[in-house]
Amino acid sequence: MLSEQERKEIEAHARHYPNNRAVCIEALKIVQQHRGWVSNEGIADVAEALQMKPAELESVATFYNMIFRKPVGKHVILLCDSVSCWIMGYERLRQHLGDRLGIRPGQTTADGRFTLLPNVCLGACDHAPVMMVDDAHYQDLDPARIDQILASYQ
Amino acid sequence: METPLTHNISPGREPPDLAQYEKAGGYGALRKALGMAPAEIQAAVKESNLRGRGGAGFPTAQKWSFVPMGDDAPRPKYLVCNADEMEPGTFKDRMLLEGDPHQLIEGIIISAYAIQADVAYVFLRWAYKLAARRVERAIVEAYRHGYLGKNILGSAYSLEMHLHVSAGRYICGEETALLNALEGKRANPRAKPPYPQVSGLWGKPTIVNSVETLCNVPHIVKQGAEWFRSLSRSDDGGTKLYGASGRVKNPGLWELPMGTPLREILEEHAGGMRDGYQFRGVLPGGASTDFVTAEHLDVAMDFDSVQKAGSRLGTGTMIILDDKTCPVGMLLNLEHFFAQESCGWCTPCWSGLSWIEQILQDMEEGRGRASDLELLESHTRLLGPGHTFCALAPGAAEPLQSGLKYFRDDFERHIHEKRCPWSPT
Ligand SMILES: NC(=O)C1=CN([C@@H]2O[C@H](COP(=O)(O)OP(=O)(O)OC[C@H]3O[C@@H](n4cnc5c(N)ncnc54)[C@H](O)[C@@H]3O)[C@@H](O)[C@H]2O)C=CC1
Ligand SMILES: Cc1cc2nc3c(=O)[nH]c(=O)nc-3n(C[C@H](O)[C@H](O)[C@H](O)COP(=O)(O)O)c2cc1C
Ligand code: SF4
Ligand code: FES
Repeated sequence: MLSEQERKEIEAHARHYPNNRAVCIEALKIVQQHRGWVSNEGIADVAEALQMKPAELESVATFYNMIFRKPVGKHVILLCDSVSCWIMGYERLRQHLGDRLGIRPGQTTADGRFTLLPNVCLGACDHAPVMMVDDAHYQDLDPARIDQILASYQ
Repeated sequence: METPLTHNISPGREPPDLAQYEKAGGYGALRKALGMAPAEIQAAVKESNLRGRGGAGFPTAQKWSFVPMGDDAPRPKYLVCNADEMEPGTFKDRMLLEGDPHQLIEGIIISAYAIQADVAYVFLRWAYKLAARRVERAIVEAYRHGYLGKNILGSAYSLEMHLHVSAGRYICGEETALLNALEGKRANPRAKPPYPQVSGLWGKPTIVNSVETLCNVPHIVKQGAEWFRSLSRSDDGGTKLYGASGRVKNPGLWELPMGTPLREILEEHAGGMRDGYQFRGVLPGGASTDFVTAEHLDVAMDFDSVQKAGSRLGTGTMIILDDKTCPVGMLLNLEHFFAQESCGWCTPCWSGLSWIEQILQDMEEGRGRASDLELLESHTRLLGPGHTFCALAPGAAEPLQSGLKYFRDDFERHIHEKRCPWSPT
């Protein structure tokens, strides 16, 4: 079941649209915000609240990259793998991050602290290479800077 | 030189809040607009020669003119601001969103008034967290001061505005896919025609314009079409945000007269190539534009001139290829992006792009074959305009077809030497 808080937040957004269905993506994001990811139970809860078929909602959920259908770590690192960052040496950083965290892109550290995901252009190409950790952009990266940033999330 | 779009913006500082924006003359254009007839605003924008900054350059007033007007027009009508910016190498709308959100909101209100829209959405990409906070705050302020909601500034006009933060996927920026995303569906593009102007969100008349386009509108209303045209060095009106990334001395973003020559942007603003690197080519307007090379450096960066040089102005944010970067590797990176972001609807797109990616990957790893070049060329033709539902596929073909033309020797070296000549081993 949706929590009281989840329900309130979804209702506030539902007012922005002429029908219930249109709020479903926002609803999935709200559930993810509270629960960390969107489990099958999360799908069922939202589907029930919006009177949608779970399978239909599932097909929407899997279309979008930022709806996590698997658990993620406490912090999500999005490393830009698009063209300007590639030119400016993103591959070296991917290697470095992988070594430091002991994981490959797509995986979560054993302590559940970090998930590393490759991501398309983060819109800061003049400061490539770029990554985000949770809500924050980090730019002009090199291995030393990455170590500092990781330390600040310990 | 006048820089209306970035006048209030100083990167690294908080954007102007409502009071500061008003003090700098903000919302004056809206007051003026509300005293004009919608048709007068459309006429001013037409006169101004404003063309869409989302990449395709469609004349803004012409697009607006397709919206049914008058008492028997279907309602509600919608205006959507496309702030999904996900084109690799593109980072211009982010500056406008973060740096001066009230300018955008004023632009949306005036544009919505010009087509008599009832509801406006800002469709924002997920990764732009700071922009989301600032736009949200600005919308609240605008409501509180009577610039949004019922009877704006005491006029007969009412407009609701909402922020929609996307759940992330490149195809959401395509205007009809965006409409499906807003309706809470999978973001597959829709067939055009009908164009959204007559049948868009929930089947109602809808205009989709990009952030940069909408930010120009208050300035046109306030200072006039003639002034706006005079800002430009070409037939298209206004200034343009140009950006550069790659191995130049001073990568960045600049507001310059529309039609500023490519050479001037690269040399004077981007500072030329970094020491030890030579210029080889540039994608002038983001990932989905054709390469141009040193012979084209004198091209004026406006829609028609770049087209004549064999490419497109696109988003005006250029990606520079240097001599120490492998062109085949760069194309592999680009085609991997397009293959991954294909929505899977049309066969030439989803199947062709992953095939292309595989061929380029093999070539980079020393398994290229002489027949691959012809195969790649035939794929670029299959992806070309008219074979697919939306412009993602033709966009993916552009860097590849021009790369095959200008960097043919580099492709051949990969095949003959059975390795990437740029890789360290
Ligand atoms: N800003 C970004 O992040 C990105 C920008 N792009 C750009 O998007 C462009 C492709 O966009 P599309 O919307 O597919 O181009 P398009 O040429 O089909 O349409 C451009 C605009 O003009 C309108 N339009 C075009 N023909 C019309 C007609 N006959 N009647 C009425 N309205 C008409 C469309 O509704 C649309 O709003 C590319 O040029 C590319 O550079 C692509 C990816 C990302
Ligand atoms: C795959 C794809 C992605 C697009 N992404 C964007 C985008 O992020 N922002 C944008 O303004 N236009 C984008 N466009 C172009 C839009 O379809 C549309 O042409 C534009 O928003 C119209 O705005 P304008 O008239 O102000 O140029 C994209 C087009 C395609 C084919
Ligand atoms: S061209 Fe590609 S992205 Fe566009 S509709 Fe077809 S499959 Fe989807
Ligand atoms: S390519 Fe990495 S931020 Fe744009």
